[in-house]
Amino acid sequence: MRKLILFLTLAATAAAQDIASFEKRITVKTLPNGLTIVLMERPEAPVFSFMTHVDAGSAQENVGNTGLAHMFEHMAFKGTDTIGTRDYAAESVALKKVDATYAAYQAENEKVTERDPARVALLEKAWQQAIAEADQYVVDNEFGQIIESQGGEGLNASTNLDETSYNYSLPENRFELWAYLESERFLHPVMRQFYKERDVVYEERRSRTDSNPQGRLLEQFLSAAYTAHPYGRPVTGWPSDLKAFSAVDAMNFFHKYYVPSDIVITVVGDIKPAQAMPVIEKYFNRIAPAPAPEPLRTKEPPQKALRTVVLHEQSQPVYIEGYHRPDYTDPDDAVYDLLSDLMSKGRTSRLYRALVRDRKIALSAEGGSFPGNKYPNLFFFFALPAEGHTAQELAGPIHEEIEKLKTQDVTDDELRSVKVRARADLVRGLADNEGLALQLCQAQARYGDWRELFRQIDRIEKVTKADIRRVANATFTKDNRTVGMIETSKEAAAKGEQKQ
Amino acid sequence: MTLPFSVPRCLRGEAFVLLFLFALICPAQQPTTGTKPWQKIPVPPLHTFHPREPLRVELPNGLVILLMEDHELPLIDGALRIRGGSREEPAAKAGMLDLYPDAWRTGGTKARTGDQMDDQLEMKAARIEAGSSQDSTSLSWSSLKEDFDFVLDEVVDLLRHPEFRQEKIDLAKEQMAGAIARRNDDVDEILRRESTRIAYGPDNPYSHVPEFSTVAAITREDLLAWHQRTVSPNNIVLGVSGDFDPKIMEQKLRAAFGGMPKGKPFPKTEITFRDPAPGVYFIEKEDVNQSGIAMLHLGIDRHNPDYFAITVLNELFGGGISSRLFSNVRTKDALAYSVGGGVGTAYDHLGLFRLSMSTRSGATAKAIDALNREIAALLKSGVTPVEVQTAKDSILNSFIFAFDSSDKVLAERMSYEFYGYPANFLDQFRAGVEKVTASDVDRVARKYIHPDKIAVVVVGHAPDFDRPLATLGKVKTIDISIPKR
Repeated sequence: MRKLILFLTLAATAAAQDIASFEKRITVKTLPNGLTIVLMERPEAPVFSFMTHVDAGSAQENVGNTGLAHMFEHMAFKGTDTIGTRDYAAESVALKKVDATYAAYQAENEKVTERDPARVALLEKAWQQAIAEADQYVVDNEFGQIIESQGGEGLNASTNLDETSYNYSLPENRFELWAYLESERFLHPVMRQFYKERDVVYEERRSRTDSNPQGRLLEQFLSAAYTAHPYGRPVTGWPSDLKAFSAVDAMNFFHKYYVPSDIVITVVGDIKPAQAMPVIEKYFNRIAPAPAPEPLRTKEPPQKALRTVVLHEQSQPVYIEGYHRPDYTDPDDAVYDLLSDLMSKGRTSRLYRALVRDRKIALSAEGGSFPGNKYPNLFFFFALPAEGHTAQELAGPIHEEIEKLKTQDVTDDELRSVKVRARADLVRGLADNEGLALQLCQAQARYGDWRELFRQIDRIEKVTKADIRRVANATFTKDNRTVGMIETSKEAAAKGEQKQ
Repeated sequence: MTLPFSVPRCLRGEAFVLLFLFALICPAQQPTTGTKPWQKIPVPPLHTFHPREPLRVELPNGLVILLMEDHELPLIDGALRIRGGSREEPAAKAGMLDLYPDAWRTGGTKARTGDQMDDQLEMKAARIEAGSSQDSTSLSWSSLKEDFDFVLDEVVDLLRHPEFRQEKIDLAKEQMAGAIARRNDDVDEILRRESTRIAYGPDNPYSHVPEFSTVAAITREDLLAWHQRTVSPNNIVLGVSGDFDPKIMEQKLRAAFGGMPKGKPFPKTEITFRDPAPGVYFIEKEDVNQSGIAMLHLGIDRHNPDYFAITVLNELFGGGISSRLFSNVRTKDALAYSVGGGVGTAYDHLGLFRLSMSTRSGATAKAIDALNREIAALLKSGVTPVEVQTAKDSILNSFIFAFDSSDKVLAERMSYEFYGYPANFLDQFRAGVEKVTASDVDRVARKYIHPDKIAVVVVGHAPDFDRPLATLGKVKTIDISIPKR
């Protein structure tokens, strides 16, 4: 076993020393097609973990196709032209028929005038029949079954507004098999069972948003906070789009955004870069180079007035407010990181002590940045009122804490404590293959250099008391604020409690 | 585990002590014979592996210590697991074991308030937290190695001289009241809580639910008495892992804990288990467009010799992506985003057979039909040898992830110590799974899954259902409104 030498003293050179110790074990290569590979040797046990990061998320979707990035992520488990099919030649013909019949059905169904319900029903039937024909060639979930039966662990993927990522772990002797499977997934994706999976995704939307009061609040809150930028849209998509977009739309999204130059793959574990890199190149360089998509043009215009959304619900109250802040490349990014820790982390945090411990009006309270960081995002304050308190009651005390940030310097102890924690938390995240694969991947994808993982700690180290006051004054203004609340409706409150 | 891992026998033809590595390296299905491209990719033998073995020390006062040396990061973590948990709290004080760890930690020691402790620990990026479960309480910590001595002193002080300051008990009670008030906001939480209560029965300690009144009834004296009753070295398993020299660590821990007097062994609670009254249980929730569904009856414990066959059954029926429930109910029927379950297996009591899913309100009855159909097909037609092989491959090939880090090895070993399982239980598990056949799976499915005993629990908005639940059986409506404070 090798030892990672991590320097936990807070010398200015700390990042440089950590980077030096990691550099010995990390190999980076950009393949001829533009795809970036980061390999880290960590022979603790004969296993490895990987993460594939695609620089495309829901923010890349067009109106009408919201939810498509997440939908494609689901489809990336459906197999290829050789996995998940009994007869691909016949299946591909059948899938083309599904595309054609769906397009015909949609064209009639979406007519504003002259829509003929009888014809819609007929076309829908033809589409459903085409699906049934295509389904007979499917081997259900064969792609996932291969990975699981080969010892795959933690098979999963996720989509957010900024990016889509795929990950799992395998025993190290399946490394070449992994390289094959993961590259095939993006070489020959097949949109089989697309419309059933769309229904599955709709169930996911019901779970996360429609049937969850906090999910409903966050969707309303974000769409109030953003008027132009796609951060105001839900990752699972708007219901209308989720019921309408097609397999062809998904493939178009894939072709446009899953280009090698926008993909980073990290592998961490019991691998030898000298042997592993050629295997990776052999499989992944088969993906054809393609031009990078144009960058997202729309910027959120400055907010000029307080915005408020109040949901009257059967559930208990919830309070959130958010302020627009710049993206992760801004020189003040580390100040926001530090603010988040100072306000939220643990029982010494300001919000816990003020709202939970001293005033006893909240069950929990936190602050941080969301819903993404690639584009200008929000610094939020989120709190659950204690029993018998309303959401509105939390606004004043939260604003008092914000006012302190603007007018008074944080203490030396607070500043020191936050900086020490930032470093220790980084170290704790380096304890396993999955955590390393994730963190190296995100740093490489965002900054083009995994070393930024360590440099961001140095940036936090450099934050001063004056920085905190300056950023708080610039950010936390009334006109830049969006408030979201769940207030419990009276009849619901009466209904929810038994008479004694 | 005794783990002198070496080059596998399948490659060099020598005696092989550890059966379980055999399948890891030479799986029953080597992907070299198939015709598909992926099957032609060679799978070489797995690298030899020597997982670290924790050092076990038992002090004269009965404290069992497991030490796991790991120098990768400059951290030391520790955890004390103490016998006695929520299943032992009085019903009239339900919630006592939720309150206890919070009040214990934040209540501080005689020498220092919890807030002072928080301030000092945060300056060192260290933490000490207390927790509780159905059968135990715990005190765990994590720090940079240079802060270990400081943190250990605080841990020992919390263990031996807790103060349970009244103001922190009051604060913790308010937090619990808040959680009680919110417990009907989320469908999944309602389904989990109420289905467990229905399956075990309302009087079973495993289904206790705190109420405003039971929390209000808990006193500081109750918490002190609980502490007194449970915190004895002979009721504790201690595990420490990280960047240390085990010899020096052992000395430190002997010095820190050796002086604690032996106490009364915490008695194992005898609890009677009964299957639920079969039928349909309905909980109305108006503000949803999706129903939560659970189907349950009693399961097994892991001492059961059928545990290994049950493990294969669970993988095959309701485990991962390749399972029947996922493939049929999610992929083919498109009725759910989340669906799964199986025969529950607990270490020292009967778990629950539980299938659960969520589906759109308008497909609620159809979804229950689908789960019933899967159960019926399993019991009537049985499983195929291919399915069983796939499930076994999945369990055995991923087996290494049960011990691929020192933290995981330590956690497993602490559980075996705590519940009195043999230290080589993982080896037994591996060998047990390897022997499972399709007829074993069929036998245990029929032995442990009983359609006539199942309670079906539905949380949802009835007016939107596709069929009245009465078409599925006798419906009992459950009132979950919260008794007033």
